[in-house]
Amino acid sequence: MATQTSIQDPPRLTAEGVTVGYGGRTVIDGLDVAIPSGVITTIIGPNGCGKSTLLRTLSRLLKPAKGTVVLDGEDIGRLRTRDVAKKLGLLPQTPVAPEGLTVADLVARGRHPHQSWLRQWSSDDAEVVERALAMTGVADLAERPVDSLSGGQRQRVWISMTLAQGTDLLLLDEPTTYLDLAHAIDVIDLVDDLHESGCTVVMVLHDLNLATRYSDNLIVMKEGSVLAQGHPGDVITAELLREVFGLRARVIDDPVSGGPLIVPIGRTHVNA
Amino acid sequence: MSGTAVKRQAAPGVRVGRVSFVWRPWMVLAVLLLAAAAFLVFCLSIGTGDFPIALPQVIATIFGRGEQIDEFVIMDLRMPRALVGLIVGVALGVSGAITQSIARNPLASPDVLGITSGASAAAVFLVTASGGAATAVTASLGLSAGALAGGLGTGLLVYLMAWRRGIDGFRLILIGISVSAVMEAITVWLLTRADIRDVAKAQAWLVGSLDERSWSEVWTALWCLLALLAVVAYAAFHLKPMHFGDEIAAGLGVRYGVVRAVLLLCAVLLAGVAVSAAGPVPFVALVAPQAAMRLTRHPTPPMAASGLVGALLLIGSDLVARTALPVSLPVGVVTAAIGGPFLVYLLVRANLRKGI
Repeated sequence: MATQTSIQDPPRLTAEGVTVGYGGRTVIDGLDVAIPSGVITTIIGPNGCGKSTLLRTLSRLLKPAKGTVVLDGEDIGRLRTRDVAKKLGLLPQTPVAPEGLTVADLVARGRHPHQSWLRQWSSDDAEVVERALAMTGVADLAERPVDSLSGGQRQRVWISMTLAQGTDLLLLDEPTTYLDLAHAIDVIDLVDDLHESGCTVVMVLHDLNLATRYSDNLIVMKEGSVLAQGHPGDVITAELLREVFGLRARVIDDPVSGGPLIVPIGRTHVNA
Repeated sequence: MSGTAVKRQAAPGVRVGRVSFVWRPWMVLAVLLLAAAAFLVFCLSIGTGDFPIALPQVIATIFGRGEQIDEFVIMDLRMPRALVGLIVGVALGVSGAITQSIARNPLASPDVLGITSGASAAAVFLVTASGGAATAVTASLGLSAGALAGGLGTGLLVYLMAWRRGIDGFRLILIGISVSAVMEAITVWLLTRADIRDVAKAQAWLVGSLDERSWSEVWTALWCLLALLAVVAYAAFHLKPMHFGDEIAAGLGVRYGVVRAVLLLCAVLLAGVAVSAAGPVPFVALVAPQAAMRLTRHPTPPMAASGLVGALLLIGSDLVARTALPVSLPVGVVTAAIGGPFLVYLLVRANLRKGI
């Protein structure tokens, strides 16, 4: 995979001095971050470090108490919800569809920001939805109820819906949660396809090796602030893993991709 | 159609100028059949009574081509009752469809959310309290308006108590059930303290009945219903992404807080219209949307079909209530007889699914 990226382009999405919390509890305090255009950015960090909170703030699901999120040069808090939805697609963690809803109907819902009461289903909508179904490889499942699918297929369908929204900026919150490794790779390959087709992707991932292999840009968070940001090859070191995750590990060359590969060192099963 | 070689996967659409909709033939057919069935039962209900009128004559009279004696019996005596039944049925069906959609739970209905029990408590208070402000309120506004206010107040109370930086469907239902229980306790307490004649009057109201309705009641209820349905029809478009939860809805550009508040208010008002017109007719709002989902094979409660099933249920139950036994029963007794087992069925099914 080519490592050259277009990080030089002005960032599409930035957080400027954002402070966010739930109720009285502050999770992120005065954080600055810029999401480069046209690449896959992955936010990693230990549980409870605020990675999902950051993603939710970037997507306008959470309103920061202080600071602003800027989308294409405009304060996202001042934009109309519908206008944000035309620029930025969002897939939350483990969404649930009503029982019996078909794949085609679910993906069609992605067109909502482009529809109005009188224009509920145009020929554009049909075309975009068919393209989204085909691109995510779920066209054959179009008539099936979403609840009858496997976890991996279901996640493809949700990504398909986000794709039907027609935005070139996608925010995915742990798209591989609850998937076995084969399906996780399958879904993340799909995310990479979307990136190849011109999307800017921001995601939160738990699996460090998947994050390292598939990202052009890593944002490493700990306790609500960004500790490091950059290309995985520059960022992922044994020292960083110890500092951020409290994990003893060796970082070796990935024999498959050539990038860094994290090999954790536990208490047992370690050769002297 | 375009000449694409692949089979079209996305739903076909209907386009007339700038207006376009998804074409769902089964949904259209089901709605038409339900409307026809509701009209038929409506006419049967009008034809039934001490002076029976055959179905063809009823239909002829409704379209202005009947005989004078039929016209008097139908238009002056029986039509208001049947129309109130229709209005109450539609109002309850749509109200249930909204609450079940918003709570994303088949058990959420105005009965569960405290609206009906709040209206009942208010009505019983007005009937049984002697003298003072209560009598003045009843005299000036009528029992119906008092019940409506009670229902609205309780609905609002439940909504506010369930609010915690947003509305969670399950919390809404739990709080609704608790507040309903409190309201029912208040109702019982009022009844035990009251004069026995007032108790009889209150009981008659509490079961829910269509007896002795007048044209003026029909018009008030009808205009309220139509105004509310217009708002619901508009807002329902934004309800569609909300079936996937708040976050997906927000991601798809829906201001879900506003949509939910508007629709819940409509649901409370619709239930209020129903309660003030016919008393608390139980279970229709719970059963109608679920039956409509199954009939139309739609994964979420469909608004129009739910309203029609509600009307069909209510008028049909009223017909059964008047004819099944030698004594005429209030309609609420029959809907409870249908709704109780249906609620059990829903609970059993929900438990089986969870594998408990």
